[in-house]
Amino acid sequence: MERGGEKQKTVKGSDVVIEHVRKSFGEFKALDDVSIGIRKGEFFSLLGPSGCGKTTLLRIIAGFESPEGGAVLLDGRDVLGQPPDARHVNTVFQNYALFPHLTVFENVAFSMRLRKAPESEVKARVAEYLQLVELQAHASKKPAQLSGGQKQRVAIARALINEPSVLLLDEPLSALDAKLRQHMLIELDSIHDKIGITFIYVTHDQQEALSVSDRIAVMNAGEVLQVGTPQEIYEAPATDFVAKFIGETNLFEADVASVSGETVELRTDGFGPVKVTATEPPPVGSRVSWTIRPEKIRIGLEEPRSARNGINAVAGVVDEPIYSGFQSKFYVRAPSGLVLKVIKQHADWSDEGPEIAWKDAVWLSFSAEDAYIVEVKR
Amino acid sequence: MNRPGDRAGGGALGSVREPGGLYAAPATLWLTVFFLAPLAIIVAYSFLTPGARGGVEWTPTLDAYRAIANPTFAKVTLNTILVAIGATAVTLVIALPCGYYMARSERQTLLLMLVMIPFWTNFLIRIYAWIAILGNEGFLNDLLRALGLVDESVRFLYNRGAVMLVLVYTYLPYAILPLYSTIDKFDFSLLEAARDLGASKLGAIVRVLLPNVKGGILTAFLFTFIPIFGAYAVPLLVGGTESYMLGNLIADELTKSRDWPLASAISLVITLVTTIGVLLLLRANGASTLGGPAGEASADGAAPEPAVGGAR
Repeated sequence: MERGGEKQKTVKGSDVVIEHVRKSFGEFKALDDVSIGIRKGEFFSLLGPSGCGKTTLLRIIAGFESPEGGAVLLDGRDVLGQPPDARHVNTVFQNYALFPHLTVFENVAFSMRLRKAPESEVKARVAEYLQLVELQAHASKKPAQLSGGQKQRVAIARALINEPSVLLLDEPLSALDAKLRQHMLIELDSIHDKIGITFIYVTHDQQEALSVSDRIAVMNAGEVLQVGTPQEIYEAPATDFVAKFIGETNLFEADVASVSGETVELRTDGFGPVKVTATEPPPVGSRVSWTIRPEKIRIGLEEPRSARNGINAVAGVVDEPIYSGFQSKFYVRAPSGLVLKVIKQHADWSDEGPEIAWKDAVWLSFSAEDAYIVEVKR
Repeated sequence: MNRPGDRAGGGALGSVREPGGLYAAPATLWLTVFFLAPLAIIVAYSFLTPGARGGVEWTPTLDAYRAIANPTFAKVTLNTILVAIGATAVTLVIALPCGYYMARSERQTLLLMLVMIPFWTNFLIRIYAWIAILGNEGFLNDLLRALGLVDESVRFLYNRGAVMLVLVYTYLPYAILPLYSTIDKFDFSLLEAARDLGASKLGAIVRVLLPNVKGGILTAFLFTFIPIFGAYAVPLLVGGTESYMLGNLIADELTKSRDWPLASAISLVITLVTTIGVLLLLRANGASTLGGPAGEASADGAAPEPAVGGAR
């Protein structure tokens, strides 16, 4: 999927500002002082494991829950006092929540019927939105006659026909199988490009969030841990949790041995000295956590020729190779017993490297530029 | 249901076919002995001559049906229809919010118990309890006098209002239970979806909840309307002359006038009115959706036989 500036997007919709929102259910703190700023027309994801508060936050924006404190501003206006039907936001529900007694056409037409829109306008608009989700042929069917993907599209059309300034999507793809999920994701992205309004997308699937979002807020236990672009979240996770939750990673603790510019040399517990990058280097002697992504590690049978400045080399033994078609994953055990995950893309014609098998003694190398300090522990 | 695969099996399998009829035998027997046979007897009696001390003589006549065609009978029928429709409507209006509340409550078992507790006391005792409450020297009048709100007893009993009140009280659980069980299956996120799309609270209920629980509403209607239409004990005990109902007329014909053919003819009228009414309702509802969510037509397509004319 292409991201970035080359597409001419019409930016519509509202900006959504969430300020110090708090919500608990009994003893359980669902949201603990959450503040997020979402820009006009942005595809914004709330990402986190189940129970992290992301759906509660969405329901507060929609008006189904009221927080104990804080504010939700749509285009600068606080909407917390307004009931759901007064807010110019619409929701695509996790279970679709299509009205079983109404046809696809009437489901999509629901909000226009409430507004008592003239019949000719209803017909034209419903046709337009059914076309957007490619369901013209199914207008007279009941929801029970549709497949999961089709139900999803009806739910999207029904929510969009109102021309909301913000579309809220509550794990909309979780009920679909993996292939369909990919397909719907691409479609959602293209609908977002066409309509141009703000999308707030709740998901626990980091892959989904990374592939379509302009920005992501990673949440856990009622708190926002990091807000950033998919690249920022993936490449520079703000906390151990973010590093572990997004993609696969190697996360270890170490002590800072020396600092030169943005390069920090760590005294690791199991790999000897390792050079990593830190934009704000912690003082020498700090205990830190550091990370290197598995695909940023090079695996080979020979010791890397130049122990160049900034290249780390670690020796180990392949504990477990896992073949998965387009790539292989290796669990490599260092002499200290620590295990590093390595992902190797499968060779094209230019790669003449030898096959790496179970029990092989291997050398791992990675650049200091790809390894980061995540958290400073003390 | 036909399973084509069984046919191809041939041999030993082929001889064992369609055991459904056998399995249904107890139900068929039950219906025949306790429903169809009595109905046939009533139909037959209605065309016979009354015996001198009850019973019938085997001389065919249409006298019973001629006797029905008189203004008194028309007046009682009209009153019965009015009371039945009125009491059923009031019952449903009360039962709907009750069923909704029960379905949404976290203490469903407790509430279910509370709805059923009245059944632990005999039906007649509960009617006498109402008499004790509403009578001229009853609890309510004592209270009103003690508070100085009235000087003389208010006559609450022995009118159509009292009959309606006690009927509503009696049949409320029969309406609440099917409504509760249907609403309990309702997906409440649909209400949120409706609110999200711009419906008010009431709008969401009317446009989304009611159409999706109409099967339960229909069941509740049948469970209350049919027995109320054949009510006997309630109008007898708390009603006056003007709240005389068809059930009372039948009892009088049987016990006082000893005109069994006429009693049979009247009860056939009740059967006919309720059956036609039920069929019309089912047809208007599209299919037999008793109890189940709307739009889910049952496989056999046959409407369940309503329990007609249960005079209490």
